[in-house]
Amino acid sequence: MNAIEIHNLTKHYDGFSLDNVSFTLPMGCILGLAGENGAGKSTTIRCILNAIRPDAGDIHVLGKSNQTDFAKTKEDIGVVLDNVSFPNGLTTRQVGKVMSKTYRQWNADLFEQYRKRFDLPESKCFRDFSRGMKMKLGIAVAMSHDPKLLILDEATSGLDPVIRDEVVELFYEFTRDEQHSILISSHILSDLEKLCDYIAFLQKGKLLLCEEKDELLSRYCMVQGSPEEIRAIEPAKVLSEKHTVYGASAILRREDAPRGLQTSSIGMEELFIAMVKGEH
Amino acid sequence: MNILIDNKSGTPIYDQIYTQVKQQIISGELREDEALPSIRSLAKDLRISVITTKRAYEELERDGFIYTVAGKGSFVAARNTELLREEHLRKIEALMQEILHLAPACGFDVDALSEMLRLLSEE
Repeated sequence: MNAIEIHNLTKHYDGFSLDNVSFTLPMGCILGLAGENGAGKSTTIRCILNAIRPDAGDIHVLGKSNQTDFAKTKEDIGVVLDNVSFPNGLTTRQVGKVMSKTYRQWNADLFEQYRKRFDLPESKCFRDFSRGMKMKLGIAVAMSHDPKLLILDEATSGLDPVIRDEVVELFYEFTRDEQHSILISSHILSDLEKLCDYIAFLQKGKLLLCEEKDELLSRYCMVQGSPEEIRAIEPAKVLSEKHTVYGASAILRREDAPRGLQTSSIGMEELFIAMVKGEH
Repeated sequence: MNILIDNKSGTPIYDQIYTQVKQQIISGELREDEALPSIRSLAKDLRISVITTKRAYEELERDGFIYTVAGKGSFVAARNTELLREEHLRKIEALMQEILHLAPACGFDVDALSEMLRLLSEE
């Protein structure tokens, strides 16, 4: 079974449209949704959560269309959006209490464990929380009702590197269970690179690709050489190239790399930038 | 079982796992019928993708180094002497290729090389 299946999702706004997006998140895997600001990541996520109505396309979540009985499916979904908000006057403990009445499968012990792990003060009001603390509370709440699917929209941005690492660690633990899946959107590509099994690139409402991460990364490489050597490569094969006073480099498919030039592997960030710039 | 993943090297990650597990099976560090970690837990411990780990295990199984019991996991297969021989032969061939590549630079021909090999083996 697939955790999320999206077919031909389309949504038009003034000046922006999400255009015919399809991808699948297999159960037990982590899919990273990458894209510039305004690429359509949040629109996609809102459509999945049935918060906005798409113009066309259909979405299946945990094996069921999100148009039928979605309130029940939602019990199995943990959601963290980029700005976590709870009523300002509530303390961590009170948030836990409210949630125990909201979710049928609320696990108070688990919530307490996350609270301790994240170092969240028990009786401090939400309004006095830092951005990092708000995010951590949001994640703790999302994970404490025993979800099968986590949907995270920019949930790691705004966190400092140490906490981000902790959170990434937590997500690894979560997906140890093969019934658990994660959809995470971020523009911090290094986080996605660390975490994901699959990666999808969105660019101006269009899906550039959705592929297995390691395979994608191993398919491309960077070659370095003199400006003449780099210019000699067939331009159609070059994804992007850079020239400096001392030499030049280009990003291209591994099999297109000219013999004799030094090649090196590239990261998600370099690949993404190369692809997005190539599209312009 | 030790596995070290190098993200910077050009070698694909599945290949790194494949090679290292294979080496430990050939060297006898991993014994026959010893259980290997599950795909999922290995992936999570190594902080790598489940799909990549799965691919490494599939290749190990295809090449006869491990076997899988449905519902129980993967285990080290009986050491196949034929396979080992093949593996060693391949290694010898690769080393000889290198010798042939280096020899002309010192003005050595095949006769001089065999003489050298004979002398070395008499030591």
